[in-house]
Amino acid sequence: MKLLSRKASCNSHGQDSSYFAGWQEYEKNPYDEVKNPQGIIQMGLAENQLSFDLLESWLAQNPDAAGFKRNGESIFRELALFQDYHGLPAFKNAMVEFMAEIRGNKVSFDSNNLVLTAGATSANETLMFCLANSGEAFLLPTPYYPGFDRDLKWRTEAEIVPIQCSSSNGFRITKSALEEAYQQAQNRNLKVKGVLVTNPSNPLGISLSRHELNLLLSFIAAKGIHLISDEIYSGTVFNSPGFVSIMEVLMNKKYVNSPVWNRVHIVYSLSKDLGLPGFRVGAIYSNDKKVVETATKMSSFGLISSQTQYLLSEMLSDKKFTKNYVSENRKRVKQRHAMLIRGLKNAGIPCLESNAGLFCWVDMSHLLSSKTFEAEMELWKKIVYQVGLNISPGSSCHCIEPGWFRMCFANMSEQTLNLAMQRIKSFVNSISESKMNISPNQQYSNKSSRRKSFSKWVFRLSFHDRETER
Amino acid sequence: MEFLSKIATNNGHGENSSYFDGWKAYDSDPYHPTNNSHGVIQMGLAENQLCFDLIQEWVENNPKASICTPEGSNGFKDIAIYQDYHGLPEFRNAVARFMEKVRGNKVKFNPDSIVMSGGATGAHETLAFCLADPGDAFLVPTPYYPGYDRDLRWRTGIQLLPVVCESSNDFKITREALEDAYGKAQEANIKVKGLILNNPSNPLGTVLDRNTLTDAVRFIDEKNIHLICDEIYSATVFNEPGFISVAEIAEEGVVCKNRDLIHIVYSLSKDLGFPGFRVGIIYSYNDAVVNCARKMSSFGLVSTQTQHLIASMLSDDIFVEKFIDESAKRLAKRHGLFTRGLAKVGIESLKGNAGLYCWMDLRRLLKEPTFEAEMELWHVIINEVKLNVSPGVSFHCSEPGWFRVCFANMDDETMRIAVSRIHKFVIQTTELDQAPTRKQYKRRKLEISLSFRRLDEFKMTPRMLSSPHSHMTSPLVRART
Repeated sequence: MKLLSRKASCNSHGQDSSYFAGWQEYEKNPYDEVKNPQGIIQMGLAENQLSFDLLESWLAQNPDAAGFKRNGESIFRELALFQDYHGLPAFKNAMVEFMAEIRGNKVSFDSNNLVLTAGATSANETLMFCLANSGEAFLLPTPYYPGFDRDLKWRTEAEIVPIQCSSSNGFRITKSALEEAYQQAQNRNLKVKGVLVTNPSNPLGISLSRHELNLLLSFIAAKGIHLISDEIYSGTVFNSPGFVSIMEVLMNKKYVNSPVWNRVHIVYSLSKDLGLPGFRVGAIYSNDKKVVETATKMSSFGLISSQTQYLLSEMLSDKKFTKNYVSENRKRVKQRHAMLIRGLKNAGIPCLESNAGLFCWVDMSHLLSSKTFEAEMELWKKIVYQVGLNISPGSSCHCIEPGWFRMCFANMSEQTLNLAMQRIKSFVNSISESKMNISPNQQYSNKSSRRKSFSKWVFRLSFHDRETER
Repeated sequence: MEFLSKIATNNGHGENSSYFDGWKAYDSDPYHPTNNSHGVIQMGLAENQLCFDLIQEWVENNPKASICTPEGSNGFKDIAIYQDYHGLPEFRNAVARFMEKVRGNKVKFNPDSIVMSGGATGAHETLAFCLADPGDAFLVPTPYYPGYDRDLRWRTGIQLLPVVCESSNDFKITREALEDAYGKAQEANIKVKGLILNNPSNPLGTVLDRNTLTDAVRFIDEKNIHLICDEIYSATVFNEPGFISVAEIAEEGVVCKNRDLIHIVYSLSKDLGFPGFRVGIIYSYNDAVVNCARKMSSFGLVSTQTQHLIASMLSDDIFVEKFIDESAKRLAKRHGLFTRGLAKVGIESLKGNAGLYCWMDLRRLLKEPTFEAEMELWHVIINEVKLNVSPGVSFHCSEPGWFRVCFANMDDETMRIAVSRIHKFVIQTTELDQAPTRKQYKRRKLEISLSFRRLDEFKMTPRMLSSPHSHMTSPLVRART
C-alpha cells in the first residue's frame, strides 16, 4: 500500500519550478556586499524593504504595543488566551480602516465582513475551499504569480484555466480572452466557478483599468460565477492612473443590489504593503455572509497570532502613522522603480510600463537565441549563473510569450540595485560584442565554455533533485 | 451554479450541533465574581491558566524577547522579513529541547524534523493531507476530542472510525478493540491509513501505559499503517505513572521496525497556556512526511514575532525547568481539590493523572442509561446548576453518563463555587430520588423498559460519528479577553 497520500507524492506544491530553483541557487551563493561580492543578487523575491525605518521608529515610540501592555498594564494573559477565530475586534477595525485609506477612502469596509488568515497564501486557499469543489476551475489571467499553482490547486484539487494575455496590448484582459478561457474550460469538461485576478498584477506591476474591472464584473454576472480580487499590492501603486479597487467599481449602482454584489471577494495581506511577510497577516473580505461565516470557521487552520494582532492593531490605529506611511512608502517605491527602469534602459532592455508593485516585467526577448521557452531557460540560466542575478522567468508565471522576466527592486539596498544594473549592462554588452567579434577560435572556446557551464548546470540540477527527494 | 462548495455547505465544521447550547448559555450569562455571581461557570474549555504569573514575570524580565521593545528593536527587520517555512532555527531548537525536557530527557528530537503549523488544529489537518486520500480512514479510540471530526475530516475528505473503549476496563485501548475496528473497516471496504492516539488523553485525563503504547505501535507496524500521536497535553502530567511518549518506543527501535510510520503532533496551547499564539508542531520520523508537511505549513506558519518570543523563552533552561515543575504541582493541587470535592457527594471520576479536566461519572444521576437522559441531565447542569460541562456523547463515548469537566481555566475561588454548586445539585437530586410518587414510580418503570429498547437500537445503528452530535467543544468559540 502506498505509504503517503497522492497530494504528498505529486508535484502540485509547484516547488520544482524554476521560480523556486532560482531561489535555491541564490541560497547556495547569496550576494553580500562584504562577505560575498560575487554572489547572486536576489531579484526573485517580491519583498518590500524600503520603509522599515518608519516601522522601527513607530515601535520605538510605542513600546507598550509589543511589550504585551495596554496603558502600561500587562495584557499578556488575555492575549495568550485569545483564540477566537473572529479575530481581535480592534485589529479588524484597524485593518479595514487601513484598507480604506489605501483606496483613498473611496470605499469603506465593514470589519464584520473581514476574515483573518495566516497570510494571503492561506486566504487564497481558504476561498478556493469555500467556492470550488474538487475538479472545478478558476480562470486566471496569465502571466500570474507562480505560488497560485500551489495555493489554489494543491490541497483543494481545484483547477486553473489560463486567460491568455499578450504583449500586443500590454497584457491587458480582454473580453475575447475571457470567453476563450471559459470555452477552454468547457472543452476540458471543467466547471468554472470563478475568476481570480491580482490587482495590481503580479508579475506585471500594473493596476487594472476601470475598463478591465467592468469587463470582469459583466463577465461574472453573465456566467453567474465568483470573482476573487487579490489586492495584496494595493499599497504599492505609485503612479497614475492610481489604484481602483474592485470594490469601488462594485459600488456602482447597477451592481449594488445584484447577485454580483455577493460574488466578489477580496484578498489582502500586510506582507507587501507593510513589508511584514514573517508575521503572516492575511485577510479575506466578502459581502456575502455565508462566505464570511465559512471562511471564518476554516481560518481555524491558520489564525493570526494574537500577539501580532495586538501589535498591529495599535500600529494601524495610529492614523497619523498610517497616513504618513502610505504616502512615504509610495514615494520610495516610485523612486526605486525609476532606478531600475533607468538601469534597464541603459542596457537597452525594455519593460512593460508599470505603475505599481515591487518588480518590473522586463522584456529580454531580443536577447533570446530563438523565440522559444528553451531559449528563455537558456538565457535565464546565464543570468543566474554568469550574471549573478536571480530573476523569475516568464514561463514560471505561465506567460505565453517567451523572453519576459520579473525583476524585483524593493528587497535590496540602492547600492545592490546599482550593482545589479551594472552586471546586466556588462552582460548585454558582452552579448553584442560576441555577436560582432565572433572568430572561429573564439567560437570554439565559446562553445566549449558553454558546454562546460551547461554540464555544470546539469550537475547542479540533478544534485538539487536529490536534495528535494530527501 | 451552486454558490458555494460542498465543503462549505456541509456540516463538517461540526458547529451546528445542539452542544453549542452550553456555549451559548455561558456566553449569554457568563459567571463573574462580582458582576454576575449567579452566571454560568465555564468548565467546557480545556485551558491552562494556572501559571500565567510565572510567564508574565519572565516576559517583564526579558524585554529582548519581544523584538519590538527598544532593547530588541534591532532584530525587528530580520524577524519581520523572515518567511522561510523552515522556521527560525532558534525556534526549532528551543521547541525540540523543550519537548525533550518534558519527556525527562529520555529521548532526543531533531530540530530539522520539526515542522510548524497553525496550532495543533493545523497540524492534524496537514498530517491527514499528507498521509491519506479522500475516502481513506483513520482509527481513533473513543472517547475523543470532538475537534478531530473537523480537523481530520472536514476539508480532507477522510473518515474517522472509532476504536471503542469501555468503562469496564477504565477506557483502556485493547488489542481486541483495535482489531475489531480494523476488521470492520476491511469488511466495509474502507482503506485504513492510520491510527490516532491522544496521549495524555482528552477527555480521559489518563496516560497510556507502556504495554498499551507498545501494543499500539506493534499493531500499526503489523498493518503497515501510520501512527499519529497527539501529545499536546504532555506537560500536564501531574502524578504517577509518568508520561511515556511514543518517541521512547520509536527510539528503542525494538517494537517498531518502521519508524517512518510514526508522527507526533504538539502545541504550546495546553502545556504553556498560549492558545492565542497558534504554535502547532508536527514531528515526524519520516523525512518525506517532514518535507511535505513543511511545504504545507505555508498555509499556517507561526508568526515570526511569536517564534522569536518562544525561542527566547524556551531557551531559558532555568525558567523552563521551574515552569514544568511548578505547573505540574499546581495542576495536581487543583485536580485534587476538584476530585475530592466531587467525592464528598459520591461523584466518582476516572482516576486520572494528566490533562486540564477530569472525566466525571454521572451515570447514577441519569434517569435511564440513555443518551437522551444524558442530554436531559446536561441541560439541567447548564441551565439550573449553571455549569458548562461537556457531555460524553460529544466525545463519541459509547456509554451515556460521562462528562468532561475542566478545572484549570479558573481561579481557586471560582473552583470552590463550582464544587459547591455540584454539591447542592447532587444533594437535591438524591433527595428527590428517595421519595418518588406512585405516578413517578410507574412512569419510571415504563421509561426504563422503553429506554433499554432504545439503547439496543442505538447500539445497532452505525457509529454516531456522522451524527449531528459531533460537537466542537474546543478552542475556537468566542472567548473572553
